[in-house]
Amino acid sequence: MTTQAAEPAPEALAEIIEAHTHLEGPLLPILHAMQEAFGFVPGTAVPVIAKALKLTRAEVHGVISFYHDFREAPAGRHTVKICRAEACQAVGGAALSEAVLSKLGIGWGETTPDGAVTVEPVYCLGLCACAPAAMVDGKVMGRADADRLTALAGEGAA
Amino acid sequence: MLKDQDRIFTNLYGMHDRTLDGARKRGHWDNTADLIGKGRDWIVDEMKQSGLRGRGGAGFPTGLKWSFMPKESDGRPHYLVVNADESEPGTCKDREIMRHDPHTLIEGCLIASFAMSAHACYIYIRGEYIREREALQAAINEAYDAGLLGKNAAGSGWDFDLYLTHGAGAYICGEETALLESLEGKKGMPRMKPPFPAGAGLYGCPTTVNNVESIAVVPTVLRRGASWFSSFGRQNNAGTKIFAVSGHVNNPCVVEEEMSISFEELIERHCGGIRGGWDNLKAVIPGGSSVPCVRGEKMKDAVMDFDALREVGSSLGTAAVIVMDKDTDIIKAIWRLSKFYKHESCGQCTPCREGTGWMMRVMDRLVKGQAEVEEIDMLLDVTKQVEGHTICALGDAAAWPIQGLIRNFRDEIEDRIKAKRAGRMSAVAAE
Repeated sequence: MTTQAAEPAPEALAEIIEAHTHLEGPLLPILHAMQEAFGFVPGTAVPVIAKALKLTRAEVHGVISFYHDFREAPAGRHTVKICRAEACQAVGGAALSEAVLSKLGIGWGETTPDGAVTVEPVYCLGLCACAPAAMVDGKVMGRADADRLTALAGEGAA
Repeated sequence: MLKDQDRIFTNLYGMHDRTLDGARKRGHWDNTADLIGKGRDWIVDEMKQSGLRGRGGAGFPTGLKWSFMPKESDGRPHYLVVNADESEPGTCKDREIMRHDPHTLIEGCLIASFAMSAHACYIYIRGEYIREREALQAAINEAYDAGLLGKNAAGSGWDFDLYLTHGAGAYICGEETALLESLEGKKGMPRMKPPFPAGAGLYGCPTTVNNVESIAVVPTVLRRGASWFSSFGRQNNAGTKIFAVSGHVNNPCVVEEEMSISFEELIERHCGGIRGGWDNLKAVIPGGSSVPCVRGEKMKDAVMDFDALREVGSSLGTAAVIVMDKDTDIIKAIWRLSKFYKHESCGQCTPCREGTGWMMRVMDRLVKGQAEVEEIDMLLDVTKQVEGHTICALGDAAAWPIQGLIRNFRDEIEDRIKAKRAGRMSAVAAE
């Protein structure tokens, strides 16, 4: 596995929390911000967040694990999300994801051994008109094909 | 057929300028302060008169919902929350509004919030809508810069803040109380009602949750008058509505039309007809994935509104019309929905958490024909045990498609079971 983003510094965590505590209902914004900064929500953050928001650790863990978008371990250098909703399936989304997964030799939610790419399912990016759709590192892509999506793996390995 | 001058969403397809300037040229933000100047009671009355029924699926009259909010604040702030967590398979109307005509929504938020004495409004958009979030946030920023939001919003004397927050991939957060939980930063698990949100909603304060489309039509309804809006559609089903037609039609599309348009006219005029002609129509799900399907022959003459679709054993829901022709393996299609609801059940209520899994597993075997004929009734019985026995409507939403399937296509399920037993699978199922 990669060594990137191993353990974020406590100061970095505190900074993110600090930036959001003025909000009402700050937990989700904090988690979104951590995911953005570190690529995942580090386990070490849970007690810190819990303390800052006067919640139990269980409550924070519950929220992190409830929402599909939050990750508890770092992903690969690139994240590819392939839409598996109806409209994309109707125009070859299933074949696309099969092709990508077999080319990379991984399953849903897994990362390639070199740590380059993580592939995850997503349900409707709202791009049904140019399906099949995918999202690469937060950027949406219409009419995705396996070559464009797996090109990242080569790039990561180089 | 709705005339062009009667369209509320004049930039539904993004052909025109979506910025504030563009929106103003199309008549939005025109004298918003005057509308607000007419007062709360006038706005709520006008909305009641217009006959607008909530566009999020349940069809509850919007004006009436607003009138449940306390007239005077007891010290707690009031909130408006806009439900933009459009995650139901087949439904794709709100995204067109947010992406291409966002100012209709923002202006609606201001007026509706004023009508309910709310100084703050939250729009909760689903996390997967990246483009929509960008477009909407850009439009909100524009409105702030132009003084249409913030202190003395649009010169009305009303201080108003609009926040855009986004979810993190949970369908259940589209349920209004789950949405409130999620906004508060908790797991999106629906709350028991009562208390209703109008009494104790977001942070325990009076809150109204409305669908994007319900709010986005408000400014135009007020500007053109309740009687204009109610002149479309049949009694109790007034107004214009955005239909999202997908599936086996020649031109799938999202289109604003009059309520109570006939299904045939909707399909012929906007969607280029059914693939392979009307004789090839097998089934229609007229209101998004959570309503029962209807046999094609019953659907042809059906009228697209809340009451008429109830008569054919379904519902208008979000008006996301899913058309299926005779190539469709209807059992597998419904299995797919069962799988979706199993995946999205929040796990709070036992009938739903366990029931959605049971239903999916039985559906799994029905698709393959590996079941006993008696199991069809057993499955129907399970759906009845789930329906109405859960806190929120997700249990119902999981049960209804299966009930619709059994009601309308029992013969097909039985045929498949018999065929399997006789050792010959139908061509469709063998794929």
